[in-house]
Amino acid sequence: QLECALSTLDSITLMYPFFYRPMFEVVEDGWHAFLPEQEFELCSSATSEWRLSYVNKEFAVCPSYPPIVIVPKSIDDEALRKVAMFRHGGRFPVLSYYHKKNGMVIMRSGQPLTGTNGRRCKEDEKLINATLRAGKRGYIIDTRSLNVAQQARAKGGGFEQEAHYPQWRRIHKSIERYHILQESLIKLVEACNEQAHNMDRWLSKLEASNWLTHIKEILTTACLAAQCIDREGASILIHGTEGIDSTLQVTSLAQIILEPRSRTIRGFEALIEREWLQAGHPFQQRCAQSAYCNSKQKWEAPVFLLFLDCVWQILRQFPCSFEFNERFLTMLFEHAYASQFGTFLGNNESERCKLKLQQKTMSLWSWVNRPSELSKLTNPLFEANNLVIWPSVAPQSLQLWEGIFLRWNRTSKYLDEAYEEMVNIIEYNKELQAKVNILRRQLAELETEDGMQESP
Amino acid sequence: MEHIRTTKVEQVKLLDRFSTSNKSLTGTLYLTATHLLFIDSHQKETWILHHHIASVEKLALTTSGCPLVIQCKNFRIVHFIVPRERDCHDIYNSLLQLSKQAKYEDLYAFSYNPKQNDSERLQGWQVIDLAEEYKRMGVPNSHWQLSDANREYKICETYPRELYVPQIASKPIIVGSSKFRSKGRFPVLSYYHQDKEAAICRCSQPLSGFSARCLEDEHLLQAISKANPVNRYMYVMDTRPKLNAMANRAAGKGYENEDNYSNIRFQFVGIENIHVMRSSLQKLLEVSGTKGLSVNDFYSGLESSGWLRHIKAVMDAAIFLAKAIMVENASVLVHCSDGWDRTSQVCSLGSLLLDSYYRTIKGFMVRIYSLVLSGGVRCGHLDGDPKEVSPVFTQFLECVWHLTEQFPQAFEFNEEFLLQIHEHIHSCQFGNFLGNCQKEREELKLKEKTYSLWPFLLEDQKKYINPLYSFKSQRFTVLEPNTVSFNFKFWRNMYHQFDRTLHPRQSVFNIIMNMNEQNKQLQKDIQDLESKIKQRKNKQTDGVLTKELLHSVCPESPTLKTSLRFKEQTLLPVNDALRTIEGSSPADNRYSEYAEEFSKPEPAVVSLEYGVARMTC
Repeated sequence: QLECALSTLDSITLMYPFFYRPMFEVVEDGWHAFLPEQEFELCSSATSEWRLSYVNKEFAVCPSYPPIVIVPKSIDDEALRKVAMFRHGGRFPVLSYYHKKNGMVIMRSGQPLTGTNGRRCKEDEKLINATLRAGKRGYIIDTRSLNVAQQARAKGGGFEQEAHYPQWRRIHKSIERYHILQESLIKLVEACNEQAHNMDRWLSKLEASNWLTHIKEILTTACLAAQCIDREGASILIHGTEGIDSTLQVTSLAQIILEPRSRTIRGFEALIEREWLQAGHPFQQRCAQSAYCNSKQKWEAPVFLLFLDCVWQILRQFPCSFEFNERFLTMLFEHAYASQFGTFLGNNESERCKLKLQQKTMSLWSWVNRPSELSKLTNPLFEANNLVIWPSVAPQSLQLWEGIFLRWNRTSKYLDEAYEEMVNIIEYNKELQAKVNILRRQLAELETEDGMQESP
Repeated sequence: MEHIRTTKVEQVKLLDRFSTSNKSLTGTLYLTATHLLFIDSHQKETWILHHHIASVEKLALTTSGCPLVIQCKNFRIVHFIVPRERDCHDIYNSLLQLSKQAKYEDLYAFSYNPKQNDSERLQGWQVIDLAEEYKRMGVPNSHWQLSDANREYKICETYPRELYVPQIASKPIIVGSSKFRSKGRFPVLSYYHQDKEAAICRCSQPLSGFSARCLEDEHLLQAISKANPVNRYMYVMDTRPKLNAMANRAAGKGYENEDNYSNIRFQFVGIENIHVMRSSLQKLLEVSGTKGLSVNDFYSGLESSGWLRHIKAVMDAAIFLAKAIMVENASVLVHCSDGWDRTSQVCSLGSLLLDSYYRTIKGFMVRIYSLVLSGGVRCGHLDGDPKEVSPVFTQFLECVWHLTEQFPQAFEFNEEFLLQIHEHIHSCQFGNFLGNCQKEREELKLKEKTYSLWPFLLEDQKKYINPLYSFKSQRFTVLEPNTVSFNFKFWRNMYHQFDRTLHPRQSVFNIIMNMNEQNKQLQKDIQDLESKIKQRKNKQTDGVLTKELLHSVCPESPTLKTSLRFKEQTLLPVNDALRTIEGSSPADNRYSEYAEEFSKPEPAVVSLEYGVARMTC
């Protein structure tokens, strides 16, 4: 197994990012733009209930976690090691998001390894309860159906028994994984590429792909999570089986809904860094071939693309609440699958360290976060707002992401021109406002001059 | 008024249409002579015009009261629960009577009074002038003439008085042809393309049966093709599916035999009839109205309703028409069975593709007016045969909407304009859409007794302007839409226009519209400020001004005041953008069937958080 892993690492070092020589000046090194310590400050300024733990410094406790994680202050590293033994892949519950408005949190983890005989772990129960305030209840959102979760027990996995976690209520929401998603993507792309389909065939192919069903499931679960936090005032723990796919879709989308910062360019980049890259979403495995692969890739799945599509759906419904535009999302999609930058290489931080990506490749963020690039990715309609945004998940409200799926199948000339015209109107508005302000000041100065002449 | 037994019922519940847990608002229901009004406990008003009511249904009594479901022609669906069955019964009976009028004179338009005097009303009717429109198209000319054949409605009752026919078509030919055409609707001019000198003509099906011929009809068609100096052959487009047209032959009707007409090319385009369309729309509404609808059910319902297939068929037909004129320079004669529904639809849409004038607000009104005169809008305003009611006009508007989606800068008007027109097709508030033909409209004395919708829309023009519209001075810029299936989408803003929770919470369009308006104001401000500064500077250099004079000019100048006030206004778009977020709440969206587990009542939380929110309607 180790050999196999090494051989993939070897082949990775032959990839484009290792040979790419940037032709632009790096203003800010993207590899150091989103340090966990800085991210933690945002939360530690509001509460002292959490701490940074370096227990995974050598990636020994959990190979798919980063060296630094945020955990409840009252739980020491020794306990974390024990909890890691009880959670799938060593993924003990860590802090994903702190909701400043009411102090509620989102945690994520791998499934508990209860097995068929209902194993328990006192430290696990203690850790999870440590996040609850006195008398408060929390929700565990399991991203599998009850049936699937029950079946997982036979393989040593399982779910939290309410008897052992009495302050927590479990909610099962089924989100698909792996080949089901991959097949969905392949079917959708096939349907979109066939221009000759008559209406009935197109609609039935679109339906049969199930893509929008997956979008609806993921969005609904994320909204439910956000609802628990913001409306019920309850903290939540989210996990599926391994906690690296659907779990991350839900935790990151819930933050988009709840947290205005994650709707800015910088905040969204930080979110991807935190909730996807550092959280151990295996990009290398999931985004190897995209929709056009003949051989069945066991680990291939468009998990990240589905997340981006969900963000696009929310962006469509709240077009002024995001600092970035659709192009930003399209750009991320492209780089996740094929890129000259090292950001999305490897499956987790541990692999990225071994590959020495920071030294040998360029970070995507170094390139994106330059003014010339940002200007193309900025949403001209953005007006910051501090609200929680609740998207509609009705089928009538969800749409096919044409910018991705129909991109090469139709001309977007007229749509692009209209977008430009919109930008022009907004630019012109800014220009006029600036001019009015200058003139107004000029007039005021003239008036005071006149007044001074008058007074003596 | 004699139909109203109960005018007010309290403690009525208005159910959330999509809620699976029977979420509702409680309020008072009022019944007036023209409207049904519901005012909920937040003082939010829901007005329903009686004429908009398509059906009223009283469901089986429940423990909380008697359910009353009202479906409207503008696709609003409301579900009330009336506490006492007796009240429910009274309202039900009243609505049944009030929503279906037997006489035109009982329609709202004949009592609607917007406080205008007679001359204002008459002026309103003169906003759209067909004679002017023919002049614009470039007729009469050396090939086309105004025919007085139908001046007294003697040849065809359902045609207007003023009809244009080829210069060389004599009256006997016209009369002969009309006898060979269903309901006497002989070929007449619908649109003249001045640039190509080609014409779109319209008529009804020929009474050809299996072998009948009519020399006059053949002459008339020949005259039409001869009126085109560039291309001597013409297309005859039968908009029906071939099978339907063939079935008509057995009834002595049918379609043109290419062998009998010189220079015609015959073509079926396969648009289904109004009965198919009506049931298709019915299915569409059933699907989109389902509670807890899944994505798969939505798309399979969309597919099985066939609605988008029909929309595509109409669009394809219009494209065929436009291409015949643009590419082949050929004239086209369009017909279906009687030549009003599909024919009007295709002719109108085709001319919209060809002539940018019809993509302006005024031009679109003109096009709709001629659509009305040709009998293309039969919406069943009176209680009559529901089988003759057709969604053809809705379809036409939807096709136009699809065009606006593909060509966001080609139309002067926006979606709201289309929705507003659709609203009034059924409202019977204005005289524009009443009566099925000009003769009937004259007999009803609509111009004396009712008001025209157009001046009211023009007055509010700002609301209907597309801010991205780019004015092209070229009249004949053709739109070439791509009708690949994935370009057709469910028109949520039409079929769910009253289901606020389904829509985007911020509207790019509104923001850009406001900004455009604001830009105009800013330009004015800049002018004002510049002239004031200039004035100041001049005065300073003059240096001979007296104090009194200075005082009278400077302190409270009105322009400065407005610009200061404007400074606050510049913040408005932000709030506007957020205005609709207030509608966004997890409770509206039903993310969870665990709602019962969440104990707190949602709405209170919502209104607190969005304290800034204003009422929207």
